[in-house]
Amino acid sequence: MRVMVCIKRVPLVGGKVVLSPDGKEVDTKFLGFGISPHEECAVEEAVRLVERNGGSSTVVTLGPQSAVEQLQFAMSLGIDEAILIDSGDEEWGPMSTAAALASAVSEKVAEGAAPDLLLLGNEAPDSGDYQVGIRVATALGWPCVTGVKELDVSDGTAVARREHGSEMEMFSVSLPAVVTVKEGLNLPRYPSLPGRLRAKGKKIDQMKAERMAEGLTTLQLRLPAEDGRETELLGTGVDAVPRLIEVLRETGVLAR
Amino acid sequence: MILCIVEHDNGRLEDQSAEALTMARGMAGAAGVPLHAVIFGPGGDAVAAAIGEYGVSVLHLADSDALASYAPVAWARGVIAVVEAAPAEAVVASGTDRGNEVMATVGALAGLPMVANCIDVQPGDPYRLSRLRWAGSVVEDAELDSDGPRLFSVAPGSVVPAKADSAVTVETQPVPLSLSDADLAVRVLEHMVPEHDGASLVDSRVVVGGGRGVGSAEGFAVLDELAGLLGGAVGVSRAVTSLGWRPHRDQIGQTGVRIAPDLYIACGISGAIQHMVGCKSARRILAINSDADAPIMSKADYAVAGDLHVVLPALVDELRRITA
Repeated sequence: MRVMVCIKRVPLVGGKVVLSPDGKEVDTKFLGFGISPHEECAVEEAVRLVERNGGSSTVVTLGPQSAVEQLQFAMSLGIDEAILIDSGDEEWGPMSTAAALASAVSEKVAEGAAPDLLLLGNEAPDSGDYQVGIRVATALGWPCVTGVKELDVSDGTAVARREHGSEMEMFSVSLPAVVTVKEGLNLPRYPSLPGRLRAKGKKIDQMKAERMAEGLTTLQLRLPAEDGRETELLGTGVDAVPRLIEVLRETGVLAR
Repeated sequence: MILCIVEHDNGRLEDQSAEALTMARGMAGAAGVPLHAVIFGPGGDAVAAAIGEYGVSVLHLADSDALASYAPVAWARGVIAVVEAAPAEAVVASGTDRGNEVMATVGALAGLPMVANCIDVQPGDPYRLSRLRWAGSVVEDAELDSDGPRLFSVAPGSVVPAKADSAVTVETQPVPLSLSDADLAVRVLEHMVPEHDGASLVDSRVVVGGGRGVGSAEGFAVLDELAGLLGGAVGVSRAVTSLGWRPHRDQIGQTGVRIAPDLYIACGISGAIQHMVGCKSARRILAINSDADAPIMSKADYAVAGDLHVVLPALVDELRRITA
């Protein structure tokens, strides 16, 4: 089977988000880049499906040329080939992103290498649009299941389960299909040294796409008001234990 | 009119739909237009009185047996059928998995932009809005132009549900909907209760959290012991699940569970924003960390500087002595 997986290069934000002086974007000067936890699971699932069923896997991203780093990361985990759709340095909205990804899939179909399954993360961690996978599926005329935490693929069918409240709900769709996944689907492997070396030597296919006008215009980004907790230092090491017990009582966790 | 997609559980209005209705009523008031709702599935008419209290004047009801199971494309077709028959200037859903999914499908089928996780929407030309990005760590202020109805989902927890000053009598209209097999190809076929047990993180009054600083899977024994003594549950940061020390269902954060206990005791957790969005609803946060400069130490209500493997055993001993 052929599996395609879509990823996005995003800054790895740690303890605090810092905005650029013009307030238009997150300041990435001192940040590394990676892919989201959801997408790490999507990549891992693509690799496992091909290990189990044979076939091939392709990773695709819409992003700047520097997103080669994330494509190589995916290939170091076992993805066979990569496509970079060049967005320049601008951030594209979800409609343009979906159209570009759908065109990459259509190109594969035209080459006679149609994917059976397209995997994406449920939502991007930075923009949080919750729609790219659904828009790609609609453009292709494929069924789409979102938020998937368990996936079984066999005999041209994908059985997918996701959380709904305290229950799991099950869907079953015919391939080809789009599935967006959440972290917890699997436990992703770490790249091996031979994997990393192999990935460096692989060619990356370049594609172009047209950015379309979308209705949403960002005026500014801002940080929400702090929730205003003031920190009381209870002490150092075991000396803090008497005060800790008092805090357990004050918060009602421990009966007085 | 402004249309709100309302979700119900066997005739009981979902909390997050009450939030969406509250925001949608504010928008309808500002725009000077009526508020309508659309409800899917048998039993939806049982919600009519409840949504009247939120100011809904017309309920568009799609309650055919074909819609007995949740089917996102069918729901989206229903929303489109409603706004074609009664032009809407905006459609609002709750930012639940289903709300976002249906709204995104409406956007995809109709070729319209969809804006997720809004915390404020001001009607006008153009519409102005604020929405959450980075799992709530960043707010985006934006303008929206649209050739058709503007599509929004409401960030869960961003609006306090409030009923209208006076209840409205709800007129119920059937949704003119003919569904194809393709519209029902993606639908819920089965519900299952997960196998795992144990104290639920979401419902616990006290949660003991462990991060990379716990050091190993075995290192969690003292956290389990403390949680047991306090009648709470153990949660973890993403580092811990990535290392395979604990299962993903224990993970607190952006891509895990969101908790709201009376007390969250975060041990050996640095306090990355992705973790903090999962525990920010805790009434009190207590951090225990050997690194006094870790970000969590200034984001907590109480902080203890020290090795959790020294502090927690001493705390457990003292708790045993007190409660013996």
